[in-house]
Amino acid sequence: MNKIGVFVCHCGDNIAGTVDVERVAKEIAKYDGVAHSVDYTFMCSDPGQKMIKSAIQEKKLDGVIVASCSPTMHEGTFRKAAASAGLNPYQCEIANIREQCSWVHSDKEKGTQKAILIIKSMIEKLKMNEPLYPESMPTNKNVLVIGAGIAGIQAALDIAEAGHKVFLVEKKPYIGGHMIQLSVTFPTLDCSQCILTPKMVQIDQDENIELFVNSEVESIDGAVGNFKIKIKRTAQYINPDICTGCGDCVDTCPVLVPDEYEEGLSYRKAVYMSFPQVIPYTYTLDIDSCLGLDPIACGKCKEACKENAINYDLRDEIIEKTAGAVIIATGYDQYPMENIGEYGYGKYPDVVSGLQFERLIFAVGPSGGKMIRPSDGKPVKEIAFIQCAGSRDPERHLSHCSKICCMYTAKQAKMFKTKVPDGQAYIYYIDTRAAGKDYEEFLQKAQSDQRLIYIRGKVSRIYKEKDKMAISAYDTLSSKKIDAKVDMVVLALGLVPSPGTAELAHKYNLSVGTSGFLSEAHPKLRPVESVNLGFFLAGTCLGPKDIPETVAQASGAASKALALLAHDSVEKSPIIVQVDAEKCDGCGRCAEECIFDAITIDKIQNIAVIDEMKCKGCAYCIPECPHGAIEQKNLSDLQIYNMINAILTKDKKTETFEPKIICFLSEIGPYQAADLAGTGRMEYRPNAFIIKVLSISMLNENHILYALKHGADGVLISGSHPGESPYPGACLKAKERIDLIKSKVKNAGLDPNRIRLEWYAGRQAKGLATYVDNFVEYLKMTGPADSANWRSLN
Amino acid sequence: MTLKITRENIKNSLVDKIEDISGQNVFDCYQCGICSSGCPVTDYMDFPPNQVMRLVQFGCVDEILNSKTIWICSTCLQCSTRCPKGIEVAKVMEALRTINLRQRGGTLNPDDLKSKELKDLPQIALVSAFRKLTG
Repeated sequence: MNKIGVFVCHCGDNIAGTVDVERVAKEIAKYDGVAHSVDYTFMCSDPGQKMIKSAIQEKKLDGVIVASCSPTMHEGTFRKAAASAGLNPYQCEIANIREQCSWVHSDKEKGTQKAILIIKSMIEKLKMNEPLYPESMPTNKNVLVIGAGIAGIQAALDIAEAGHKVFLVEKKPYIGGHMIQLSVTFPTLDCSQCILTPKMVQIDQDENIELFVNSEVESIDGAVGNFKIKIKRTAQYINPDICTGCGDCVDTCPVLVPDEYEEGLSYRKAVYMSFPQVIPYTYTLDIDSCLGLDPIACGKCKEACKENAINYDLRDEIIEKTAGAVIIATGYDQYPMENIGEYGYGKYPDVVSGLQFERLIFAVGPSGGKMIRPSDGKPVKEIAFIQCAGSRDPERHLSHCSKICCMYTAKQAKMFKTKVPDGQAYIYYIDTRAAGKDYEEFLQKAQSDQRLIYIRGKVSRIYKEKDKMAISAYDTLSSKKIDAKVDMVVLALGLVPSPGTAELAHKYNLSVGTSGFLSEAHPKLRPVESVNLGFFLAGTCLGPKDIPETVAQASGAASKALALLAHDSVEKSPIIVQVDAEKCDGCGRCAEECIFDAITIDKIQNIAVIDEMKCKGCAYCIPECPHGAIEQKNLSDLQIYNMINAILTKDKKTETFEPKIICFLSEIGPYQAADLAGTGRMEYRPNAFIIKVLSISMLNENHILYALKHGADGVLISGSHPGESPYPGACLKAKERIDLIKSKVKNAGLDPNRIRLEWYAGRQAKGLATYVDNFVEYLKMTGPADSANWRSLN
Repeated sequence: MTLKITRENIKNSLVDKIEDISGQNVFDCYQCGICSSGCPVTDYMDFPPNQVMRLVQFGCVDEILNSKTIWICSTCLQCSTRCPKGIEVAKVMEALRTINLRQRGGTLNPDDLKSKELKDLPQIALVSAFRKLTG
């Protein structure tokens, strides 16, 4: 490539304020391979794009560099513009001189020099870029939905309505999730079952929906558009087609265990039906509590069944399906009450959870809708609700706000007062949050109409005094210590992801954020997509939220999945690895190590074959190859070396020593953090030069040491936190590799502290900026690296 | 009485000093009040612990330095243990006591002591008092 066009954007004053853009354009014009170099106020504007297009055509450019904002902003814009003028989109690259230069530096001279080097290094990369063409494959039109709470139900219905087949998988014997346990919903106070059961029945009746209860997804293989799914269905032992629902089996079953649906407030048999409107309408035989399927052990239910619907010989089965997209809606669980020792849960039956209260006040719940104490059945006259039980407590419990508790507590207090008009409710709160349509109005009205006493202070202790529960708190508004004795205490427990979310995330390469909830691909702009293509997320598996928000999100996830399925074929990013047939001897190491099972070995030709649909381009395999036969497309070894060389060109002698740091940053995590440091104008020293990689697990010893051998003073390698990485396991492997390099460096008598490995999430901008500053400080104290010494390393 | 809050007050040198001595960030406090609730001696204080934190945030350090609260605090650590934000409130109290003592000087002039006091006071207390603020 020798006819490269460079377009330097002013971005108004955003770049031009700190970088002398005209000088940059002039300087770059002299660089080898550059045929055209200009600057312009707004390259992303329509006239800006036209400039690029006409320059490509008039000057017959074979590559384009736009020096502007981060590629996450306008890479798409400029690649499309270049493509419309006849270039391959991958012959257009972005030099990030805004987020990673002008916004983080204030010295115009240094900013200008750094911008020039950033552009030069991108030119070196571009010179060896090959035109790439995305692979495409026919799309499978089915959708898998995991979890049949309100989110899963809504998503399944939307997709089925659009004419696609849905496989809806639920772990429990019934659908409806936590919503079907609720009494009424805020702020409208409509009965939860009344609004949910029509949707549940629709699930049962819709021909496009295949429902699997008592089932879990065992594995999902393949890639976006073409997933192969294995669903494990626990043996039911009761044939739903024959079962008439007469209940004879229940009457005869001798076992009693706490009923999960009733939150342990009443008992059920080993063969049972959770509630009368259950979908699918059949009894469930719970093998864990059953005395044994052997007729010698018990066998009473089988004897009692007149229709012969019970068959003990059934076994768990694996059902195989295919789908093009997956929606995850695995929901939430309550924070375990037993973790909050000072609130006495477990010791006192009259301390109940929010969900238990829902069951207690429910007309056909365990107490028949009567407000009675679980301990002795006496009526409840005084009741206390404790908000933020476990939430907003970063030191000991959960750091996040569970969002729905303020509202459901107000709702529960109001319901209590409706049931017990002469009763009194106390609500202990730290702050009330009622940011939703009609929420604040509801809360205020409940407070004044029902004479609810809101006490502003976190409860320090709950203990038993005679037959009442005593509560110690301090009201910060009146500055008085408050003692209350009540019949029942309801803890508004914080929300946590449902059990198994972490395993699910690990299994399907979804990233997990703070508090263990799944992470969106982008917290603002891609709220229902995951980092793994083809996996969409909805509901409380992403974080605490109320029913309207969950339903909206479920429909959002469904429409995202439908948009994907609307294409008859799926295209995939062509930035993947390729194998050099000359060097590969088919040893199979890469195939063994690949996280995504994307490599197979052709035994006849003795060569590794990359499945282009499965390969995600993490390039984890590169350092594993003993022959150096694997390279990433458009980021080959030579490209990396040339980029480093361009950055390390000797500048004019300066009086003080200014160290140069080469930073290899993973695209997800640290590169985003570097961009965010720019957005937040967190200034750091201009000594760090960033090379973006898909994952740092692609780096081998040569890449890292090359920089130090050719004049860099330090190398910073940074990936996203191992738990949050889209390539699980890759980060830790990278750490192992880098530790090895460091010990080798140390043994050779060189300073291993010139090579640093750090984890950064996209949000940790300040941390990254400070780290760079400290690293520069360290290198200034230690002095320049002697590249000759480093070159003697083998 | 109206409290006038200013930028200078909120980050004055005494607030810095409290943070220095206690090692706590007083701006972590979000006023949940659990310290005042759990504290066994709140009833005897003129400012409960949560108000101490609030006044420090406002920079009204002098007001607390002259309060009974800091001397009533028995450092039982209930507040430090339960604080959801991990603030060691007892250390903040200790910092306030330290500042109070330092402001008072803290050196001892033997001439000010009566002979009975000299006889009754433990010797180690006298030695340490003489040595305060000296090499």
